Amino acid sequence: MEKGHFKISIADTIDQTVEWITINFSSIFDRFSLLIDNCINLIIYVLTLINPIVLIIILSIIAYILVSVYMSIFTLIGFSIILNLGYWLPMIETFSLVFVSVIISILLGIPIGIISSQHKQLSKFTLPILDFMQTMPAFVYLIPAIFFFSIGVVPGIVASIIFSLPSVIKLTILGIKQVPKEIIEVGHSFGTKTHQLLFKIQIPLAMPTIMAGINQCIMLSLSMVVIASMVGAPGLGAEVYRAVTQIEIGKGFEAGIVIVILAIFLDRITQKLSIIKWKDGGRL
Amino acid sequence: MKYESCIIGLKNVTKDFSIANRKKNTNLKENHEDLAVSDVNLNIYKGEIFVLIGSSGSGKSTLLRMINNLVIPTEGEVLIEGRNTQKMSHNEMLTIRQKKISMVFQSISLLPHRTVISNIEFGLEVQGVKKSLRIKKAKESLRLVGLNGYEYHYPHQLSGGMQQRVGLARAIANDTDIILMDEAFSALDPIIKRDLQNQLLDLQSKLSKTIVFITHDIDEALKIGDRIGVMSQGKVIQVGKPEEILLEPINEYVKKLTNDINLQKLISASFFHSLTSEAKEKLIKKYNTQIEKLLETVK
Repeated sequence: MEKGHFKISIADTIDQTVEWITINFSSIFDRFSLLIDNCINLIIYVLTLINPIVLIIILSIIAYILVSVYMSIFTLIGFSIILNLGYWLPMIETFSLVFVSVIISILLGIPIGIISSQHKQLSKFTLPILDFMQTMPAFVYLIPAIFFFSIGVVPGIVASIIFSLPSVIKLTILGIKQVPKEIIEVGHSFGTKTHQLLFKIQIPLAMPTIMAGINQCIMLSLSMVVIASMVGAPGLGAEVYRAVTQIEIGKGFEAGIVIVILAIFLDRITQKLSIIKWKDGGRL
Repeated sequence: MKYESCIIGLKNVTKDFSIANRKKNTNLKENHEDLAVSDVNLNIYKGEIFVLIGSSGSGKSTLLRMINNLVIPTEGEVLIEGRNTQKMSHNEMLTIRQKKISMVFQSISLLPHRTVISNIEFGLEVQGVKKSLRIKKAKESLRLVGLNGYEYHYPHQLSGGMQQRVGLARAIANDTDIILMDEAFSALDPIIKRDLQNQLLDLQSKLSKTIVFITHDIDEALKIGDRIGVMSQGKVIQVGKPEEILLEPINEYVKKLTNDINLQKLISASFFHSLTSEAKEKLIKKYNTQIEKLLETVK
């Protein structure tokens, strides 16, 4: 860089901020890290406690009840392949990672979405931030995440939350905004208070859209598993990553296919959950 | 006199949307014309069916919504049993909407995620009425509109006419003194419309509410209205009993409105029977001469 050339020091500022946060909030981060680690270990422990074959049958039954016979056959065959290929434990690990990050995204995203939808000014403020979170390359989050939470599964989860949280928030806002103004007027005409309007009309009618957001959130966090594995998260992503670094084409595909099977299963199940309440009706 | 006490009073009520439009506020009711209602004075009496008639854009929907403050008037006073709604606190207004005024809408007014019975319960639920009482009242009003057996259907499983009945039942369940009906039957086909009109008259004879009914159909207005108010370009230009509107139209607009009424429907309307034989003759004569004129032009 030439001397005397003025450059806005974004990099330096962020470096300093990250350092400051790391020093001052380390105890909070440690606690958070421990909590997430324990959650994941617990889920993995419980799921590995069940015999894989029993679990496959349970999943098939769930697919049959919620989706269709075909989906249950797919589940049966798909998960049997996973077991046969020897990816059962990585699959469970990936599932727990996705599960925890989606739960956290829901717990944060839906309230933020609801609050933003109620205040126009606030949503003007949140939407650009969400765009920023979604479009910023996910790798960028990994580095500070390592500083805050050290290597392991937690920075991976944090990165995938940052990446998938916006879809929950955005679709919650959209769902609530999409409620027809005629129906809102009906609510007003009966003298509903703001919270009654929200919980009895707006949120129930927004539910299909909110569920679509959760579905997207699951897909996005699944897409993050490979990136998460770069900071040490175990699971299918780690398998893919190892295959890539060792140029094992076949192995890479194997692990990739397992991710696809898991993704299809989770996608179809959550898609069905979103419309199960009032079946074909209720669409306006 | 049947109408001794005024329950809804409108005094110099004006709604100017230009102010709201300039602020780019999305109002509950979209309106193309800025001055939707201008300087309306109107008294509506306890126990009557008052019909507001006018073509679309005449401001009748806006006027109706100002009665329960869904649209806030720019000027003037709205008095409900003598109390000015503009001076009420937000909570008082909510109470008025819960206990005093209920509303029936034109279409898509049922909550799609709720069953028929829980749609009807909605108003009571908002008020915090106990579940058992709510269900009892909801079932009662469902029976009144002749839809018992449909409690656990969803709105999309019902026909348009049935949905409107549920909307009516929902308003009845709240047991308010005033029911506002915004083109409640306009979207229905003629036969179902007639059935619902009859049902409304039947219900009214049992419940004797104060009903403000909006329509653009003069036959409907004559059939169900105790009194009719004609609206045009944001103004109420004539108010009177059906026969007054027919026999003494105040200007060309009202004359045009009453020209092409359905004579058969007129004769079957209940107000017609209560007229003196003199007035009946006058009416028939008026429309007879019209028919004769019409026949001549055809020849």
